[in-house]
Amino acid sequence: MQYAVLCYHSEDAVCAWTKEEDDAVMARLMEVHGRFAKTGKLGPVARLMPTTAATTLRKTNEPAVILDGPFAETKEQLLGFYVVEGDTLEDVLAFVRELGDANPGGAYEVRPIGLYLPGTSNAGAA
Amino acid sequence: MSSANPIEALLTAARPRAVAALLRNFRDLDMAEDAFQEACLKALQTWPVNGPPRDAAAWLIFVGRNVALDRLRRSRKEDALPDEAQMSDLEDAEDSMAERIDGTHYRDDILRLLFVCCNPVLPVAQQIALALRVVSGLSVKEIARAFLVSEAAMEQRITRAKRRVGESEIPFETPGAVERAERLRAVATVIYLIFNEGYAATGGTAHIKAPLCEEAIRLARLLLRLFNAEPEVMGLTALLLLQHARAAARLDAEGAIVVLEDQDRTRWDKGAIAEALIMLEKAVRHHQPGPYQIQAAIAALHAQAARPEDTDWLQIELLYRTLEQIEPSPVITLNRAVATNKVRGAAAALALIEPLAEPLGSYFYFHGARGAFLLQLGREAEAKTSFDRAIACANTAAEAAHIRTQIDRFIKDNKPNLARS
Repeated sequence: MQYAVLCYHSEDAVCAWTKEEDDAVMARLMEVHGRFAKTGKLGPVARLMPTTAATTLRKTNEPAVILDGPFAETKEQLLGFYVVEGDTLEDVLAFVRELGDANPGGAYEVRPIGLYLPGTSNAGAA
Repeated sequence: MSSANPIEALLTAARPRAVAALLRNFRDLDMAEDAFQEACLKALQTWPVNGPPRDAAAWLIFVGRNVALDRLRRSRKEDALPDEAQMSDLEDAEDSMAERIDGTHYRDDILRLLFVCCNPVLPVAQQIALALRVVSGLSVKEIARAFLVSEAAMEQRITRAKRRVGESEIPFETPGAVERAERLRAVATVIYLIFNEGYAATGGTAHIKAPLCEEAIRLARLLLRLFNAEPEVMGLTALLLLQHARAAARLDAEGAIVVLEDQDRTRWDKGAIAEALIMLEKAVRHHQPGPYQIQAAIAALHAQAARPEDTDWLQIELLYRTLEQIEPSPVITLNRAVATNKVRGAAAALALIEPLAEPLGSYFYFHGARGAFLLQLGREAEAKTSFDRAIACANTAAEAAHIRTQIDRFIKDNKPNLARS
């Protein structure tokens, strides 16, 4: 089973980190990633740009309305995600606990993936 | 500023919202600041034990307000009402509090706080100092260090600024559309000025003060989150990100200035550039150009050139012309002249800046650029005079050293320079 691990954190807090602090968190995370990648179960990892860089396409009516940002009024924003392979949910949670230790604050949401098409964008470009 | 401690990072991030809301409550900067300090102390005691609350700002506003009210009652020699019940009920209260302050209040509160600090009754230097103190929470010591004055002098300056702000009439009601646009412009200017002060310091040994640049970027991000469909706020944020992306390459190991042409472009922060380009693209979609977007577009053209010779100077000159029309200023004309030099040569550039001798007579970059143009034209005696003037106008040791290096280089390769002209 594939799982998406979605990383939520307060954007205010993350953007208040200095470059050094950000680098320190990333270094700790890289260590955890490295260890998990050796199991061959770590898929793509993505860190998203701040929500202010987002553009939203709303398909509620035609033509679709394009808006700035997600207008994130939620307390915590989606700042990144992982795709991982896990035999059980518990396997994934063990990995996520390590991520949590490396990255102070925020929350991780683990969600099973229903459909996953790896490399489709590359195939399209070729 | 911020810290590796996650609780301190939360407190830093919550500060503008919390102080802004407390200011609306008490209409007094000192009181709002004190209440926030007290709330932070309580947070440092309870959060490590109970974990941080869901909405840090709401918690801090709630606790800060109670502490301050309690103090007010005491100072009025009335019986202090025990707040124990309220304090133990914090979880529930926090929820409803968060509910109440989650709406448009936030935007107006922070905008008002920023606007209070950017009050035109204050000289610009005081506006910046006050914004750094009240909004960013920098210590007086940090601000004094940034402005190279003694702590006592800065303390006095900030106290005086607060008093003047207190005496002036500050509208506390929700601002209307026109007023809000005006405030937004004033606030954007101060953020821009804070950044400028960090980008090229107006004095002292350090030429770049990275913490000031980072603080300005943090404030710009905050403003953008509050007004996430304002193209000029996007432009401002993009501009600051682009300029700061070059910081690591702008000085060499000895702290000497490295001009754009000579910078090691691999040392530019690619992540920041990518984010800025996205933001600028979003801004341009609105078809409401403004000075920040145009400046960001110019910075973006520089950032996108893999090598100096790839720079699209023609486009840059056009953008400066546009900027000049929207916002005529001798400094913008001077910048345009640098692009003109690349596109149409030194004679055209020199003709463009000759009328600026009066307004920019004491401006370091004017004499530096003029000297460089004259040098290209082989008028070395006049160039020497210009460079001497530039040294006299230098704001930092790095600026003076930079011009001296240019003169030395000129003396050394005198012949090739003459030949080229």
